[in-house]
Amino acid sequence: MTAVSAQASQATQVSMAGALNRALGDALAADPTVLVFGEDVGALGGVFRVTDGLAARFGEQRVFDTPLAESGIVGTAIGMAMNGLRPVVEMQFDAFAYPAFEQITSHLAKLRNRTRGRVSLPVVIRVPYGGGIGGVEHHCDSSEAYYTHTPGLRVVTPGTPDDAYRLLRDSIDSPDPVIFLEPKRRYWAKGALDPATSVGFDRALVRRPGRDVTLIAYGPMVATALETAEAAVEEGWDVEVVDLRSLSPFDDETVCASVVKTGRAVVVHEASGFGGYGAEVVARVTERCFHHLHAPVLRVTGFDIPYPPPKLEEHHLPGVDRILDAIARLQWDDEVVGSYGA
Amino acid sequence: MARTRAPERTLLPSDEPLSLLRKDGTPVDDSPLAMPDDDVLVELHRRMVLGRRFDTQATALTKQGRLAVYPSSRGQEACEVGAVLALRPDDWLFPTYRDSVALVTRGVDPAETLTLLQGGWHLGYDPYEHRVGPQCTPLATNTLHAVGFAHAARLKGEDTAALVMLGDGATSEGDTHEALNFAGVWRPPVVFLVQNNGYAISVPLSKQNAAPSLAHKGIGYGVPSVLVDGNDVAAVYAAVREAVESGGPTLIEALTYRIEAHTNADDATRYRTSDEVAAWLDRDPVDRLEAYLVSRGLLDHARRAAVAAEAEELAASVRAKLNVDVVPSPDELFEHVYATTPRHLREQAAALREELA
Ligand SMILES: Cc1ncc(C[n+]2csc(CCOP(=O)(O)OP(=O)(O)O)c2C)c(N)n1
Repeated sequence: MTAVSAQASQATQVSMAGALNRALGDALAADPTVLVFGEDVGALGGVFRVTDGLAARFGEQRVFDTPLAESGIVGTAIGMAMNGLRPVVEMQFDAFAYPAFEQITSHLAKLRNRTRGRVSLPVVIRVPYGGGIGGVEHHCDSSEAYYTHTPGLRVVTPGTPDDAYRLLRDSIDSPDPVIFLEPKRRYWAKGALDPATSVGFDRALVRRPGRDVTLIAYGPMVATALETAEAAVEEGWDVEVVDLRSLSPFDDETVCASVVKTGRAVVVHEASGFGGYGAEVVARVTERCFHHLHAPVLRVTGFDIPYPPPKLEEHHLPGVDRILDAIARLQWDDEVVGSYGA
Repeated sequence: MARTRAPERTLLPSDEPLSLLRKDGTPVDDSPLAMPDDDVLVELHRRMVLGRRFDTQATALTKQGRLAVYPSSRGQEACEVGAVLALRPDDWLFPTYRDSVALVTRGVDPAETLTLLQGGWHLGYDPYEHRVGPQCTPLATNTLHAVGFAHAARLKGEDTAALVMLGDGATSEGDTHEALNFAGVWRPPVVFLVQNNGYAISVPLSKQNAAPSLAHKGIGYGVPSVLVDGNDVAAVYAAVREAVESGGPTLIEALTYRIEAHTNADDATRYRTSDEVAAWLDRDPVDRLEAYLVSRGLLDHARRAAVAAEAEELAASVRAKLNVDVVPSPDELFEHVYATTPRHLREQAAALREELA
């Protein structure tokens, strides 16, 4: 057991959903301009119970159900933010945010720029994303690349309960709109929560130090990467795990420091690889760390297919074995390995 | 004929557009709308004349290559001016690309309303200074911004209404329906003013809508609806003022016509006849109000000349400001993308600066 997780087991354990709930509650209590709204976030407390109890505690003016219309939710949030409020809205599932895409990309992301800084939109859009929960179609998309491709948005995703609290508080405080991606399969994973600590909104974090190779992961894959690192010990590899946290803006500094140290890197994500977020990470690492690399930077991603049905999702989602294979492919010195492709 | 409405606000619009002035300027006796005060009518006239002159000036600047494009609102002055003057100082306006005259009427510097079309930057004015949202190019998206804005005002206990302008074509977009539904449920003080000018670029209303009128669309959302004569500035003013003061949502369809093409880049002869245009020229909103004002002794030669002179001054000032070559600084590209410019953008800005050095 690592130092971090040993510490965690001594502190109060909280689920990621619980940490998010606490962050929302604390933000609502701290700032009367914060509002929470969306589909089923009131009496039900959200389909994942992230907003549980908030309507009862803060009243219907602050936490409320909206009509079932995603573009409407984001579009009205924009108007409210223009009028001095700080909306935190919930999209029920990743693929159900797509009706709001126009409001997000053309208005939420751009209004600061279009108005030369006169309009500031402190809006947070919470999106439960990714697979691994046996969900049927349209419930398991990893849509980060759509958002990270859009200048003006911040895109963040926590990997642990502790970080879920911190990132959400920072997101609500942000003067810029934030797409807050919640790895839904980690909602029930428990960990320690220390509301006082702060690591910086834009910073990546080294979750586990190592010498031989850097695993670059985020959101749902942070836990998988940590598991892989433990398994790799048996193979004699000392794996460093970097949790990006902020997908956009990207923390080149922390990532490159790690890759320069290890000389090898693998980017892991659930979303399809082609044109995906990992391609950006690989490009940035290659551009900045080329002379320190002993091998090409590899990606381990979901296949380039629409998200599969629940009974096949285990094949699609990157797991420990696939990541270990990628690490194995990086372990040569002078010997040239023929193919790195999937 | 205008139908008398029940005293409480009804969901059902009248079958015929409500009006206060007939096409020849004679007043309608039994209109349910309240005739604006004389000084308001005189001001409505002045603003329509100024707006029309601004519009022709902007069209001319397009021909001179000073503007990339200009969507004229000639013929729609009663809507542009009547609706805006009906707003109270604290109310907000959420306009579209066609509503430059509305912005000018609201007090935005006329040249600054053209910044977007001139290409210097996306927006020239400060939304908070005049309480005017950015002119919206994607259709109907501003309807939701207006609903959210008005709802926030309500939550904050402020007596602020939001007026959102949209076209007939924009009523087909999903956002219009989501906005009307939100407005029906939340009941914020928001006014949807649909300027039904007959066409969405080339597509006529008959291919856009099957309801008895666009105003009828309010019924299904529980939003009180009004159909007005959009070439009757007194009627538009009265309807919008009543809606703003109601404290709740209203859908107003103003029946009007765009005399020019969709933009200077459009060829309107491909989809409409000159007879149709002529029939609408005969219902000109400025002529109509002038006839009424003259009959009432509220407009004489001297006043007309003074307003015309003011319009020429406005046009000259717009010309002077637009006849200057705009050379925005490339540094602006990287500003205001985020509240604090992140490192990768600072790097890109530095690279561009070096490239240009
Ligand atoms: C979402 C979207 N689709 C298409 C367009 C291209 N477009 C610009 S104006 C227009 C017609 C709009 O007609 P209408 O709403 O009646 O307004 P009008 O131009 O007549 O004032 C179209 C299709 C657009 N701006 N936004």
